[in-house]
Amino acid sequence: MRGCSSRAKLAHGRDTAVCMTNCPTLIVTVGLPARGKTYISKKLTRYLNWIGVPTREFNVGQYRRECVKIYKSFEFFRPDNEEGLKIRRQCASAALNDVRQYLTEDGGQVAVFDATNTTRERRDTIIQFAEQNGFKVFFVESVCEDPDVIQENIVQVKLGSPDYTNCNTEEAAEDFMKRIKCYENSYEPLDEVLDRDLSFIKIMDVGQRYLVNRVLDHIQSRIVYYLMNIHITPRSIYLCRHGESELNVNGRIGGDSGLTPRGKEFGKKLSQFLQTQGISDLKVWTSQMKRTIQTAESLSVPYEQWKVLNEIDAGVCEEMMYEEIQDHFPLEFALRDQDKYRYRYPKGESYEDLVQRLEPVIMELERQENVLVICHQAVMRCLLAYFLDKTAEELPYLKCPLHTVLKLTPVAYGCKVESISLNVDAVNTHRERPEVGISLEAHRRAHTHPQEDGSVWPDMAFSPRAFSSTGCTVQASAFLLTHGVNLTPNPQHSKHPTRK
Amino acid sequence: MEFPQLEYLRRRRCDSAVNTEQKKLTQTPLLKIWVPWMGCSLNRRRGSSVPQFCNSPTMIVMVGLPARGKTYISKKLTRYLNWIGVPTKMFNVGQYRREAVKIYKNFEFFKPDNEEAMKIRKACATAALKDVAAYFSKEQGQVAVFDATNTTRERRAIILSYAKERGYKVFFVESICDDPEIIAENIKQVKFGSPDYVDRDIDEALEDFSRRIECYRASYMPMDDEEDRKLSYIKIFDVGSRYLVNRVQDHIQSRIVYYLMNIHVTPRSIYLSRHGESELNLLGRIGGDSGLSPRGQKYANALATFIRGQNIRELKVWTSHMKRTIQTAEALGVQYEQWKALNEIDAGVCEELTYEEIQENFPEEFALRDQDKYRYRYPKGESYEDLVHRLEPVIMELERQENVLVVCHQAIFRCLLAYFLDKPADELPYLRCPLHTVLKLTPVAYGCKVESFFLNIEAVNTHRERPVVSFHKHTFIIIDNY
Repeated sequence: MRGCSSRAKLAHGRDTAVCMTNCPTLIVTVGLPARGKTYISKKLTRYLNWIGVPTREFNVGQYRRECVKIYKSFEFFRPDNEEGLKIRRQCASAALNDVRQYLTEDGGQVAVFDATNTTRERRDTIIQFAEQNGFKVFFVESVCEDPDVIQENIVQVKLGSPDYTNCNTEEAAEDFMKRIKCYENSYEPLDEVLDRDLSFIKIMDVGQRYLVNRVLDHIQSRIVYYLMNIHITPRSIYLCRHGESELNVNGRIGGDSGLTPRGKEFGKKLSQFLQTQGISDLKVWTSQMKRTIQTAESLSVPYEQWKVLNEIDAGVCEEMMYEEIQDHFPLEFALRDQDKYRYRYPKGESYEDLVQRLEPVIMELERQENVLVICHQAVMRCLLAYFLDKTAEELPYLKCPLHTVLKLTPVAYGCKVESISLNVDAVNTHRERPEVGISLEAHRRAHTHPQEDGSVWPDMAFSPRAFSSTGCTVQASAFLLTHGVNLTPNPQHSKHPTRK
Repeated sequence: MEFPQLEYLRRRRCDSAVNTEQKKLTQTPLLKIWVPWMGCSLNRRRGSSVPQFCNSPTMIVMVGLPARGKTYISKKLTRYLNWIGVPTKMFNVGQYRREAVKIYKNFEFFKPDNEEAMKIRKACATAALKDVAAYFSKEQGQVAVFDATNTTRERRAIILSYAKERGYKVFFVESICDDPEIIAENIKQVKFGSPDYVDRDIDEALEDFSRRIECYRASYMPMDDEEDRKLSYIKIFDVGSRYLVNRVQDHIQSRIVYYLMNIHVTPRSIYLSRHGESELNLLGRIGGDSGLSPRGQKYANALATFIRGQNIRELKVWTSHMKRTIQTAEALGVQYEQWKALNEIDAGVCEELTYEEIQENFPEEFALRDQDKYRYRYPKGESYEDLVHRLEPVIMELERQENVLVVCHQAIFRCLLAYFLDKPADELPYLRCPLHTVLKLTPVAYGCKVESFFLNIEAVNTHRERPVVSFHKHTFIIIDNY
């Protein structure tokens, strides 16, 4: 259960880093078509990547579409269609091969194998594959018999699928229902008794009920918690920053100043805007900093203060202007531009730290319905990156201007974004990604401090992760504690593998 | 909840007209929370570091045959909820029965045809429900854990209607287990020591208790997928091998489910230690990120020897991101994990000052801290209450793990210890956690055995006793707006 097999260690090909505790995990979806498997796969992948666990989904349907260029009809899926079965089996194998590549060579930690996997036979094949490669398997089954939910699924995601581009709505719906029928007869749901040795969660009726069996480790426990908190009730999330603050106007970062007159104006406009939106039961959240609270006060509704929504702590650079930081801490300034996501201010935080502290906010946002979050630039970037599936490299450069509300509405597999500027002028606090000119290595050398006892202590801001005496890189972040992700400052090794 | 009673606000002169324009914000001195200065709406403001998600009070109702771990779960859950700041209390109906029927004779009391006893047992359940209502309405409780067998649908229906009348939410926690070994182990650990069996020998007690279980078995109606589909519940099978979760209604139920799915009963020990004595410790300064003093380094080596001597199976070692804990762990020569959440409390503007300097430069802050050390937040820093919030994922992972050594800091140690030893918020900041001492915590029965090992290396004492507070808690303090 704990500790990697030595085979997996060698397969990772890292000579100094050690996979701390867990082997890679293969999440396998199970369920008839239109049960939300792809929805769950994509959402879960997005969440895991956001908290720092490199994850990728592998949709077997995609492989099939590449193989069989043109989709004719449901007949392809008939259980007696030998030709079709062969192709589908090949596609599954191809996908599994790519999974192996991703988890053993490309630095992946979790792979989500998105297919119907409705027969025990197919699942056994996957289990064997995982055993051979030292992967853990966790099944996620979605069971649903509510015809309304299934219909809504079909409307939202199937009708627009590449399979049905040339059909009209009725034709497509009819064909798809027949497709589902092809699977129904051979469907063997995960069984409490027959599958008691497997690790799985069965989601019934879109989250009314769950059966959870044999959760083996931390990541599976987090996945279960996440899956049990998401819902599909339509709703919108509004994100905005506080109104323009005094320190904003002075070009200073951080601090805890109040709003300027223009900032207060924004508060008023925000209140009017929300009234026009006619939102039922809106929850309003702020940080514990004066500027967000002042903004919320204009709304004249109850609001909740979250300390974890506070702006990124700039440590020794608090309340300084970027020019002053460049003057007093030129190395820090340069380092930040090198890797703005992981860079931690001295005695402060990094964007990576922010993501970790924002995780409970995301979890609660998933549980809630209509919410307005009044926060800060760095915080808003982190939240936005979660909803819009932005990578760590993009996150710190997302544009989140003052006096603009982003309305996020989940739709199909993603999120519709509407950007509404409330027409109140404000300073621009956005810094573009700069051209980077200095080598990382030179900085690293300049940045280590020789200690009195002759040992060398890396500067905390640059390399927050120390090295243990056994020469292994040690995990720094709680989220990564079981995932053996190598975090040596190597610019080639991105934590988020490039998306397909 | 806890917030309004401890706050002081300066009443400023103001325009008599209450305008709907921007009201001036003031930062409360103790919690450092920004609030509008109009006091009457203060009660609506939630001031802790976490939003409070409980609206209606929640009753957690245990279900299951005797010796299925209901009381174990009840106590643990109560302890956890109180630690994260949700006022929770446990109501064990067996206790009420023991008070009503002073002397327990034998299992015959529990026979389903024993009319006399049935009356008493029902009266006990009713008394317990009344106390639940009093806890919610008069003591500001948020969660009540109703610990009894509740094995019949009839009994559960009574509880449901009682709760519905009063607007309480109900969440059932059922424990199902048929593994005879586990049940025997339960009986051994907690039943033999029970007041019911104080005068019996082990075999008698076991026999009697087994027959007691049989009394319930015939009428046991487990929560049913169909019949109970409208209820909110979690069914725990075989000590956590499998769970069935139905209709989680809200945040607190979701947290409870997550917690219950992470706890286990595998025997293990948790070792808590502070870093070795640091340079700043020697100077009497708080916070900072200094390295170990020579004595601190000696401690690190002694800790390594001690740990090796303990022969612990598969020990995990956790540290913070601060130099002194890392240096301590380095001496162990094993892999360790760094958690930023284990960093010492951030003393904000008071970082690296001595207590005397704080008293000189920030006398009001110094006084406020002594008023309510748990909730007091350093300017631009944190409070113990904030610490508990950031340590919650650590606790959750500690529950999942088996043998772990946590090398941390004084305030962190206190928070973790308070969780394991069920210490309330006002005791937490004064728990003794001296340097160079390892605490070994071993869960046993319903609690935790604590063994303390001082590794014989001298160190400074960083403990400040609870001071005698010399002025009245509700004095107004004049503070300018921040």
